[in-house]
Amino acid sequence: MSKSSVAVIDYGMGNLHSVASALEKVGDGVKVMVTDCPDTILSADRVIFPGVGAIRDCMAELKSRGLDEVIQEVAAQKPLLGICLGMQALLESSEENGGVECLDVLPGAVKFFGSDLRDAAGGRLKVPHMGWNNVIQAIDHPLWAGIPDASRFYFVHSYYVDAPEFVAGSCDYGVQVHAALACDNVFAVQFHPEKSGDMGLRLLSNFLNWDRPAAFFPVTD
Amino acid sequence: MALAKRIIPCLDVDKGRVVKGVNFVGIRDAGDPVEIAKRYNEQGADEITFLDITATHEGRETTVHTVEQIAAEVFIPLTVGGGIREIKDIRTMLNAGADKVGINSAAIHRPDFVKEAADRFGSQCIVIAIDAKRVADEADGRPRWEIFTHGGRKPTGINAVEWAIKMVENGAGEVLLTSMDGDGTKAGYDLALTRAISEAVPVPVIASGGVGNLDHMVAGIKEGLADAVLAASIFHFAEYTVPEAKAYMAAHGIEVRL
Repeated sequence: MSKSSVAVIDYGMGNLHSVASALEKVGDGVKVMVTDCPDTILSADRVIFPGVGAIRDCMAELKSRGLDEVIQEVAAQKPLLGICLGMQALLESSEENGGVECLDVLPGAVKFFGSDLRDAAGGRLKVPHMGWNNVIQAIDHPLWAGIPDASRFYFVHSYYVDAPEFVAGSCDYGVQVHAALACDNVFAVQFHPEKSGDMGLRLLSNFLNWDRPAAFFPVTD
Repeated sequence: MALAKRIIPCLDVDKGRVVKGVNFVGIRDAGDPVEIAKRYNEQGADEITFLDITATHEGRETTVHTVEQIAAEVFIPLTVGGGIREIKDIRTMLNAGADKVGINSAAIHRPDFVKEAADRFGSQCIVIAIDAKRVADEADGRPRWEIFTHGGRKPTGINAVEWAIKMVENGAGEVLLTSMDGDGTKAGYDLALTRAISEAVPVPVIASGGVGNLDHMVAGIKEGLADAVLAASIFHFAEYTVPEAKAYMAAHGIEVRL
């Protein structure tokens, strides 16, 4: 019973329809709950933390719903997948909106691509980073199962993650973008698996089948 | 190993049906946008754009339902343009499963609409759609393009390059640029216009209007400096498939998702 329920956190930041329908597509009967209710999120077997938009609004919406602490609790307990802005919110801080403190679940910072981004040959790169880029897998991980190294995923973002450790995958866009992070039961991706065709669906399917290492189950009295 | 240039088939949809026809071998119903979108997805299209040309409110609700059906089956980005006039229109399309909306004439009537939309939903889902035509040169001899509305019939007097800059400053995250001179001609994109706008704005530019063969797509990227190329009829009538277009572009040194 590894995939009985998944909560998709709905905190008013963007369209969750695609995430939910992609999960239903690959979920083989999994119960998909799009919700901002802390109890529902905490009762789910696994949790997806999506998001698009600006980080200041994101953090404000989370705090106003009491979801900041809920996510920190989930991160300590059960499989959690952060997507795009949801990934960025899991880090320590972001440069966006003049500097915003984030949830500090994973070490690292979110930085601006800059207004004069160049590729290795000196060519101009547009910001936002929008479209399909190759993700180089840095580690073996259950969420990469069946996904060839350097597969392309769909990105849309103007700020990028720079993490000191736990890098699971990266891509090149003028700078080294940490496109995926993995730490214990938390996995986070900058790209949109729900919009990345078959490889994205495979990653979501892997998440629904991912059982965190037994060592991380909380010790009960 | 770099960001791929995108190839985007475009469907004109009226009351939930694809118009102008699509002529795929093996498609049962050439007017069914869900079936056509699935086919383009299977072919490896990088995104799909819908242009909703429905005139009536009732017909528009049918289009919303169509977007819902496609979003439940096709997991690549969907852009919906046409008839986006108010914040609630954007919300409706995003809730239906669109990832981006194209704003065109509503921005001309009220430029702050783009700003309000980007503030509310984020720049990543706001595409400024620009229909431009070459007009008489500037006094100093530089070429000039103006924004036209009503399918290219009505000039606005607005300089297209300046408009693109302003709309991006207002928060548009991408430019969908259609040359009304080229649209439907199969004579190729307006490369000078595409390049002028691509160099003027920091965000991605999609070239549209006039593509008739695969060399036009290559030129749109290499000479027009477009980040993506949009095409309708050459794909609809199976003159070229998406994989053929990608293979051709790759053979010309363009990074594509194969």
